[in-house]
Amino acid sequence: MNAPNIEYGMLGPILIILGAALIGVLIEAFVSRKYRYVLQVGTSFAAVALAFLQLFLIRHTSSKAAVGSMSIDGAAIVLQGSVLIFGFLGLLLIAERGFQSFTAQAAAIPGSNEEQKALVSGLQQTEVFPLTLFAISGAMLFPAANDLLTLFVSLEVLSLPLYLMAGLSQRRRLLSQEAALKYFLLGAFASAFFLFGSAFIYGQAGSTTFDGIRKSIVESGGSDQFLLVGLALLTVGLLFKVSAAPFHAWTPDVYQGSPTPITAFMAAVTKVAAFGAAIRIYYFAVGGLVWSWRPILIAISIATMAIGTVIAIAQKDVKRVLAYSAIAHSGFLLTGIIALSKDGLNATLIYLFTYGFTTIGTFAILTLVRDSGGEVSDLNRWVGLGKRSPLVAATFTLFLLGLAGIPLTSGFVGKFAIFSAAYKSGNISVVVAGVLASAIAAFFYIRIIVMMYFSDPVEDGTSVVIPSKVTVAAIAICAVATLVMGIYPQPVISAINSLAFFAG
Amino acid sequence: MNSLTILGLLPLVGSAALFLLPKGSDLLAKQVALGVSIVVAIAGLGMAFSFDRSVTGFQFVEKHQWIPAFGINYALGVDGISLLLILLALVLTPIVILACWNEAEGGRWSVKNFFGLILILETMIVGVFAATDIFLFYVFFEAMLVPVYFLIGGYGTGEKAAAAVKFLLYSLFGGLLMLASIIGLYVISGNQLKAPTFDITELSQLSIDPVTQRMLFLGFFIAFAIKAPLWPFHTWLPDAARAATPGTSVLLLGVLDKVGTYGMIRFCLSLFPEASKEFGPTIIVLSLISIFYGAFLAISQGTSSGDGNIKALISYTSISHFGFITLGIFAFTEQSHSGATLYMINHGFSTAALFLIAGWMISRRKSERISDFGGLQRVTPIMAWSFFIAGMSSLALPGLSSFVSEFLVLVGTFARYPIPAIIGTIGIIFAALYILIPVQRALHGPIAPGNENLTDLTLREKVAIAPVIAVIIFFGFYPQPLLDVINPAASATLSALEITGITGGK
Repeated sequence: MNAPNIEYGMLGPILIILGAALIGVLIEAFVSRKYRYVLQVGTSFAAVALAFLQLFLIRHTSSKAAVGSMSIDGAAIVLQGSVLIFGFLGLLLIAERGFQSFTAQAAAIPGSNEEQKALVSGLQQTEVFPLTLFAISGAMLFPAANDLLTLFVSLEVLSLPLYLMAGLSQRRRLLSQEAALKYFLLGAFASAFFLFGSAFIYGQAGSTTFDGIRKSIVESGGSDQFLLVGLALLTVGLLFKVSAAPFHAWTPDVYQGSPTPITAFMAAVTKVAAFGAAIRIYYFAVGGLVWSWRPILIAISIATMAIGTVIAIAQKDVKRVLAYSAIAHSGFLLTGIIALSKDGLNATLIYLFTYGFTTIGTFAILTLVRDSGGEVSDLNRWVGLGKRSPLVAATFTLFLLGLAGIPLTSGFVGKFAIFSAAYKSGNISVVVAGVLASAIAAFFYIRIIVMMYFSDPVEDGTSVVIPSKVTVAAIAICAVATLVMGIYPQPVISAINSLAFFAG
Repeated sequence: MNSLTILGLLPLVGSAALFLLPKGSDLLAKQVALGVSIVVAIAGLGMAFSFDRSVTGFQFVEKHQWIPAFGINYALGVDGISLLLILLALVLTPIVILACWNEAEGGRWSVKNFFGLILILETMIVGVFAATDIFLFYVFFEAMLVPVYFLIGGYGTGEKAAAAVKFLLYSLFGGLLMLASIIGLYVISGNQLKAPTFDITELSQLSIDPVTQRMLFLGFFIAFAIKAPLWPFHTWLPDAARAATPGTSVLLLGVLDKVGTYGMIRFCLSLFPEASKEFGPTIIVLSLISIFYGAFLAISQGTSSGDGNIKALISYTSISHFGFITLGIFAFTEQSHSGATLYMINHGFSTAALFLIAGWMISRRKSERISDFGGLQRVTPIMAWSFFIAGMSSLALPGLSSFVSEFLVLVGTFARYPIPAIIGTIGIIFAALYILIPVQRALHGPIAPGNENLTDLTLREKVAIAPVIAVIIFFGFYPQPLLDVINPAASATLSALEITGITGGK
């Protein structure tokens, strides 16, 4: 029996990140505490840079890898590149040491002596770096998986570190632990659905690879009910990850409870990974069943937009507003899948790429507004920010306008691309719903802008802290990306359009 | 670079210079703003003289690729209609800056930012009227909201933040509906032409099936009806006009809202001729309702014993005037079209005069109530007479500019729709009421307590208002230069509509 042929070059980017994550674990175990932070940061950034370089070198690859269980093609490479960039930005925020976002000792019970001791002794988390790298590797694997089992494994590699990271917040520990537990339980539940669905599909198709499923649908005509049941269950699992209604309930709690740098990372990276995987499944594996899944996704897309935008209006916490906005954006992104066309694929990748920068930037700003007890996410205490810190308020305004999809920001380009793809495919109902939802969404984004600019500041100790260079760098990159891709998106669009193909 | 780009960039450069000025250099900021806007106005007028009236279609055309992946171009060009609207904006901007010299002092932000925002707005206005690529138009259409939002919310009075948000949300909502239609046009152009495009000339050659055409028309029309504002989409306007400073109101009602009526001509009619014909009668009814609704509300402000608000009154009169404009547009005759376009220009000047003088009255009297202004004619005769002339123009007194346009609209409408034209004519009677009642109460009559020591217009204010009054009187007697520019564009629009038979003759 021959050992399977592994294409190390094509899998290189993922392997580099995974290797660095393992090195990170070793650093945590063997290096003295004094040097850990520097080493972890160095390893993480070096790994991301190397992986990106390798990805750039293989950018014209388009073939299956690892015995057909992976597909390293243009679409996967764009998605992996996006994951790496957003992972890099997330790492910049995580590397910020000034804010003590992370608990000194995650295992300590909130309020216990143990925790107190850990705090006093000045412990600082560094295991968050290898965890982040593991999550990045999972997120890179997820959109490239070409086999239901690989997909499931990568889903877990992506999710497990995130469950942990959600619970690492130093302030409001209970909320953070609650978030972690909720995320874990619901995530496990969704994984079970996913696995159950995979079993059904395997039962009908006789294969777990996407190529096998695709072939069996062509042969059987796609009328087998086991296949449909399997697809339905699989859809539940995927929709949970992209936080589409009615599987979105975890999102606000997890976004709110997690340390904000983690929220930023999660919001951008999981969205890219999950939509990347979803689009490969719906376009490539079960594209032949479009008449079965399209009506359901249309309904879910509209419901997600409606729930995300309407409930966001009633929120009083900035993080929860942004969580509901993330839900609404999932609704918009689903229209790209519904389109089922080359335009839809292009548009989804463009949307994900632009959205990631804006959303990381938004959360990065959130880490700056603080009082003595940590971050201030109560919307009412953001009033008058424009007067107190004009630059921060202006940058935040830019990000909010980007999320709202106002012209000359990158959000508009994504929105235009995705809606025109959906319109072109004849699904005008989702376009109309999307446009109306955008109008509602504009309301709550603008409400935040109004609070920052048109109300006088109240003296309650809320202030904007001066961040260190890493956070400044992250915010600056995100702001420039939001603006430049809004004004001159052509290079990004044409690069993505020329790459975005699935290997047949 | 082409002349239109330079014209649009100049104010932007000026505003950048203003923002860079150090704190406290308010006077310098004002002088720079005024200087820049005067230079731009002169440049614009100079451009107008090289405009060839004998040619139909766009002139000063320029076109550069912007986002080729979507077929989007940076494409500018003007025909008679857009040229005049740009000129209106360019002429009014320095007047507003001069007239509102001290208007920004009580604002939330610095004085230089106020004038900086006005210059940014000027850039957006040039862009929105000059864009010949629908996508570019949409970008300016939305981007324009931002400076206005800050001008109202940052420097207004009363419920300014609420008014600013209301304005923004209404406009955004309309804009998003238009976006859906734009996407539709883009997709259809991709199916019918070699490549998808946003070029307005190419798009007007599409043949769109009636059902789709109706939907797309409505997307554009509602956006423009909100902007114009046409009843029942008008409810943001009184709040905004009441909260905004007089200078902002001039730019908002005098110039910006014309984007709505301009858009109807440029986009609704030329892109969706069948749907326009189909919806025409309905829109005529809405226009008539606007004429009377605006007039009644204005009269009720004028006659209410205690709290009639002068800014609200002027904004209601504008709703009535916009009713005339849309009436002229959707009557589809050459006269009514020329009249409607001329009306846009004249309304710009007469509303500017009304708002500016009202603003001076308010700042002197520290009140917006009409009943507080009694006897101004005896205390401040120049101010009172200027207001009187502006008011007379607003009610379309023969000899003043609005008369010509209102007459053309009604005569032109009569040729196609006699009964609406007659009903519209009755609206003029109410116009007389809503102007004469406040004129009588505010300017004539006994001197209201507190008015005895009011000062008349200063030299700066006289210099600001004189050109407006001069324009109102000049074009009242001799509108031909404007009509010469408008008529070819109007007949080009109509010939695109392929309506023959009733054209009314000149």
